Amino acid sequence: MLKIKNLHANIDGKSILKGINLEIKAGEVHAIMGPNGAGKSTLASVIAGKEEYEVTEGEIVLENEDIAELAPEERAHKGVFLSFQYPVEIPGVSVTNFIKTAINETRKAKGLEDMPANVMLKMIKEKAALLEIDRKFLSRSLNEGFSGGEKKRNEIFQLAMLEPKLAILDETDSGLDIDALRIVSNGVNKLKSKDNAVVVITHYQRLLDYIVPDFVHVLHDGKIVKTGDASLALELEAKGYDWIKGEVNA
Amino acid sequence: MDLKDKLVNSFLVFENQVDIDSNIHDIRTEAIKNFETKGFPTKKDEDWKYTSLKSVLKHDYSVFPKHENAIEYSDVKKYFLHDIDTYKIVFIDGKYSSHLSQTTHDGIDVCLMSSALTKPKYKIIVDNYFNKIAEKSSVASLNTAFSKEGAYIHIPKNKVVARPIEIIHFSTGNEAALLLQPRNLIVVDENSHVQIIERHQSLTENPVLTNSVTEIFANKRAIVDYYKVQNDNQKASLIDNTFVDQKRESLASVHTFSFGGKLTRNNLNFYQNGEHLDSTMKGITIIGDKQHVDHNTLVHHIEPNCESHQDYKGIFNDNSTGVFNGKVLVEKDAQKTNAFQSNNNILTSDKATINSKPQLEIFADDVKCSHGCTIGQLDESALFYMKQRGIPEKEAKALLMYAFSNNVLSSVKIPELKQRITKLIANKLGVNIGFDL
Repeated sequence: MLKIKNLHANIDGKSILKGINLEIKAGEVHAIMGPNGAGKSTLASVIAGKEEYEVTEGEIVLENEDIAELAPEERAHKGVFLSFQYPVEIPGVSVTNFIKTAINETRKAKGLEDMPANVMLKMIKEKAALLEIDRKFLSRSLNEGFSGGEKKRNEIFQLAMLEPKLAILDETDSGLDIDALRIVSNGVNKLKSKDNAVVVITHYQRLLDYIVPDFVHVLHDGKIVKTGDASLALELEAKGYDWIKGEVNA
Repeated sequence: MDLKDKLVNSFLVFENQVDIDSNIHDIRTEAIKNFETKGFPTKKDEDWKYTSLKSVLKHDYSVFPKHENAIEYSDVKKYFLHDIDTYKIVFIDGKYSSHLSQTTHDGIDVCLMSSALTKPKYKIIVDNYFNKIAEKSSVASLNTAFSKEGAYIHIPKNKVVARPIEIIHFSTGNEAALLLQPRNLIVVDENSHVQIIERHQSLTENPVLTNSVTEIFANKRAIVDYYKVQNDNQKASLIDNTFVDQKRESLASVHTFSFGGKLTRNNLNFYQNGEHLDSTMKGITIIGDKQHVDHNTLVHHIEPNCESHQDYKGIFNDNSTGVFNGKVLVEKDAQKTNAFQSNNNILTSDKATINSKPQLEIFADDVKCSHGCTIGQLDESALFYMKQRGIPEKEAKALLMYAFSNNVLSSVKIPELKQRITKLIANKLGVNIGFDL
């Protein structure tokens, strides 16, 4: 589904990604771990198309199409979803209206009519129940005054509504208490299918107890330096990142 | 001959047309003298520092339109709130159109200034209220000198007027250039409620300049909501002078939606002549090209225990320019005043300009007054967030701008009007999305 080849990216002339290679197939869950400053969030932003980053080399191929030059909304229309580490507050726009607009703009881009209001309503109800979100929450301004947990649940609610092919969860576990973590992971697990893929970016093993990865990659200084299965995450949890750094530098 | 001389010379002709023995003859004569002395304002006047009338005054305006012009309702239906029942006072090129209007004398008077100024039965109201609060500024004086036609609304006490009243001025372009000077008087007595919508619409590209004066009196416990929809075409300019006098426990609000026109100047003054009353002034300005909108407001806190709320949002695209000059004057006796003023602006282009100038003059010592002014751009991180969810840049920007102005829109009490304004905003932002927020 997604092939990243020799990806290099800069911000303000500073090189952050220094040759990333990664292949993700439909139905897989990949975890990307690594110390602070390794480039994890940058990788997520670059895949989503954040304009501040400049791709200097390499390709991002989604289903046989290089998307590296596309606008963020075009990537979204093709099925890329990024759950933000810090979801942005948008006063005056309700959760419901935002998701309606997002869905209908995506449909418009695909040449489809707006989703009928009753279908939309039913879907909102269903997905809100999955994330244990109550109706009052949906009429509030997007992320404004939301607690950390509410923001993340709202991200996964949008993920559920948009049904993307590739979902990137950027530190979705940060700021979550144990109940919210369970709700969010449960939501992600229910949405997983053989046709989509999930990339989980995290510092910690604990999220991976709930969302079990097929592959774990360790990112260090803009490169993937180690790849393994779920047991690698446990090893990192036990030993920290220093031994990886040692291995790389050796 | 420049416009000023032309107007001064026209005055005698005008006075001969109207009743020279009329009791407002003296008021008109004094007003033309005042205008003659002051002339049109220039950028040298402190209050007009950022607004030049030069390009507007260069046309050879007709002062007295020659033709009676008719318009079919179907052609202008879209400018009315046609989905609900309203009273309508409609003018075409400054002349009353009985065909398009729906006036009433059934318990309330919704009719014409020309009747009010000439018929004895209105004399008491006219004597008590006409030209009592209009400023003696040059433009307001010019209007007073030629005051003849406009809307006259008198709501006697204890009436809740269920239907909104629409005051609409059309210009047809039958004159090469037209100067209109409507004069409105609105008197709302004790405990009465009324909602009024005012609109000026030019139907062709011929230049039109409207210099309008509206005096509004909200007596004890009256509730008056006034909405100005300014979405005229690129050749039409408007100088609006609106004065509101409030008595004890009254609530008065003026909402101004400025989306169109070449040059728009809103002079809006509130005078608080009673305790425990509340004044609201709100506006949304969204303009582009070389459009110019200037809001010049004054709240005069004269008595204690009153509130005022000002909230003006502006979005300036292209080469457009905006001015906000908001003065809050709190007299020594006006203790326990709560005065709030906020002016927030977004500039979407590096060629757009806003001049924002809050002025607070406070002579009382136990008051709460606040003002805030912001000028900024759209939040890039919010835009990226929205685009990531599949909302294209233009729609994302529109949604942010709509959200930005939503505070002002949410206080519009007529749902059909709110819908209409929402549509106008979507049009203005060039998007076709429902903003049912």
